[in-house]
Amino acid sequence: MNGVHDMGGMHGMGPVQNEKNEPVFHALWEGRVFALRRAMAAWGKWNIDTTRHEVELIPPAEYFELSYYARQFVAFLEMLVKSNLVTRGEIESGIPAKGQPKATPPLTAEKAVILVAKGVPTSRDVKVAPRFKVGERVRARNINPIGHTRLPRYVRGKLGTIERDHGVFVLPDTNAHFRGENPQHVYAVRFAARELWGEQAAPHDAVNLDLWDDYLEHA
Amino acid sequence: MDTTRRGMLKSVATAAGAAATHDLAHAQEKDHDHGQSHQAVPSDPALRVKSLESLLVEKGLVDRAALDALIDSYEHKIGPRNGARVVARAWADPAYKQRLLTDADAAIAELGYGGMQGEHMRVVENTPKVHNLVVCTLCSCYPWPVLGLPPVWYKSAPYRSRSVIDPRGVLREFGVELGEDVDVHVWDSTAELRYLVLPERPAGTEKLNEEALAALVTRDAMVGVAKVTARREGNPT
Repeated sequence: MNGVHDMGGMHGMGPVQNEKNEPVFHALWEGRVFALRRAMAAWGKWNIDTTRHEVELIPPAEYFELSYYARQFVAFLEMLVKSNLVTRGEIESGIPAKGQPKATPPLTAEKAVILVAKGVPTSRDVKVAPRFKVGERVRARNINPIGHTRLPRYVRGKLGTIERDHGVFVLPDTNAHFRGENPQHVYAVRFAARELWGEQAAPHDAVNLDLWDDYLEHA
Repeated sequence: MDTTRRGMLKSVATAAGAAATHDLAHAQEKDHDHGQSHQAVPSDPALRVKSLESLLVEKGLVDRAALDALIDSYEHKIGPRNGARVVARAWADPAYKQRLLTDADAAIAELGYGGMQGEHMRVVENTPKVHNLVVCTLCSCYPWPVLGLPPVWYKSAPYRSRSVIDPRGVLREFGVELGEDVDVHVWDSTAELRYLVLPERPAGTEKLNEEALAALVTRDAMVGVAKVTARREGNPT
């Protein structure tokens, strides 16, 4: 979707503010939000692409008003309700609805440590032919899907070069909406800065993006 | 409790601001009270998150010990010191460096690192002619196993919006001035590849062992917004 999360190239955001000796979490609740999201993901009701899309759905003014973990919390509540793990009534009251058996948490402390160490790979060991070769010139497609995509606006329609083939990965555009993993090749694609931004860019600077087969067409 | 999203947002936003202000104020006091860890005042997001956690525990949906283990991992075990050891090994051992640049996952695993948000790693090398800069314009993708969780500036709108269109301006704000003979390569983490910059080894470090080298390497240098200097200048990790 063409949301404000897709902010590459926007102006007016001000200087970057680097906080010295920054803590990992600025308040206890931030750490709890971080951990709750990972622990609840173990129910398998959503995937990483769903979680990103839910943050993108926060209306623009609110997106900028909220801190990172506040956005994560708001999106998390939406996912909990949409996946029927909790109801709005339960969130409101803080008390479980009557008459439901108590569940068993899928993620124990031991499994959490394994999760951190192993991660959740999104590559897929399936034979899918690549549509492009390293060194080939390609054009990023001019698509404007209303759902989730990882093709930023600032490269759509632009010419680039395939720099590396990373292998086969799940496609976020369908996976986020539970429409299948659609595994396909992902490539590092190099765009000259001047192709993206014109003469104001330095002549030999470049921006590299990792893009799926479905995002590209032959130049 | 207001459960509409707007209502939820309003209080979270306001109270998050209040909590941040409190933290800043507290940080200044820190020297005087023997560095006790900061504690947010009972603010609205704190209460809301606590209430949700209690609900999820009562329903049997989450195990508090798992939450504690996750937080402990990123507060105490996984951070930029991991990445610094990878960089130092690459500086000290040319064969390792070669493996790191061609198969980063395997090379990083040699040092015992890997996992969540670093399942698919790539290391890009700074040279006298090329400076690399890592960003995620769409959200905040970051190589957790080697750098820990990202700092606020990395997740902020200024960094995400400007790194791709004005990388040299962003670098200047971080104190890095690049000549016209150096090309900037920006890496926008749009897929599940996670990037680590291999900074240039500073001159005058020929006699240092790997451990001493690792001590010079900062988080910012591994994101590409700083250079590594032989004498450490108080750059936080």
